[in-house]
Amino acid sequence: MTENQPSAQSVSHRLLNDPDRIRAVQDQLLAQAEEIGFGKSAAFALRLALEEAIRNAFLHGLKNAKDKPVDVSWTISPDRVTIVVNDHGPGFDPGDIPDPTAPENLERPCGRGLLLMRAYMSSVEYNDAGNTVTMRYEPGDD
Amino acid sequence: MASGESRLRVKTEGNVTRVEFVDRNILDEGNIQQIGDEILRLIDEQDHPKLLISFANVEHLSSAALGTLITINTKIRAKDGQLRLTDIDPQIYEVFVITKLNKLFQIHETTDEAMASFK
Repeated sequence: MTENQPSAQSVSHRLLNDPDRIRAVQDQLLAQAEEIGFGKSAAFALRLALEEAIRNAFLHGLKNAKDKPVDVSWTISPDRVTIVVNDHGPGFDPGDIPDPTAPENLERPCGRGLLLMRAYMSSVEYNDAGNTVTMRYEPGDD
Repeated sequence: MASGESRLRVKTEGNVTRVEFVDRNILDEGNIQQIGDEILRLIDEQDHPKLLISFANVEHLSSAALGTLITINTKIRAKDGQLRLTDIDPQIYEVFVITKLNKLFQIHETTDEAMASFK
């Protein structure tokens, strides 16, 4: 962990597809958010978006390969959380994901992760390769 | 988290099967798979299943959990059954609204209302 500013904390993890480890990393972010003064709705948004981004990385980015890692990092300060999730996979085009709220897609059991990330975060951006997502959360958006 | 234990509390009331979740967080793949398997087994046991799922204990759920609910709904409809969801925390209800799944599922504020809605 490095601290470049007194009020900002930066953390990075390399994860394998281990639910207990993923949960521990989520819990660490949530504990830091609580410590820094974020409320219940922020905690809900951060947990959900991080869960969806990590799940997408393992499921879609790495096709559930057990031996390939996902890098998760974040910087948290009182006015912003920036989360980066990189799966090192071949990437995808977010524009190719069908709208899961369209009537014809409503009964499809998958495809809602990105929608929820966008709904709960202030911004969600993919790199050109489509294998790294950067999510920003600003608590004023609550 | 022990995978051998049930992740559900199940009660039968008349011809309605009432299900509550043991976990407050329905997020990770393993739990969701187990929950889905347990509920699908309950559905398999009935000709025209009437299933009420209470979210009273639930604080978080993920899109994977929503996917499992859709699979459950599809299977119940295929057996000419009925599914009701109830006691959903406002923050979680918002997830249903964002995904527009509040239009797919029959959601009731209370268990009593949900029980009364079965035909």
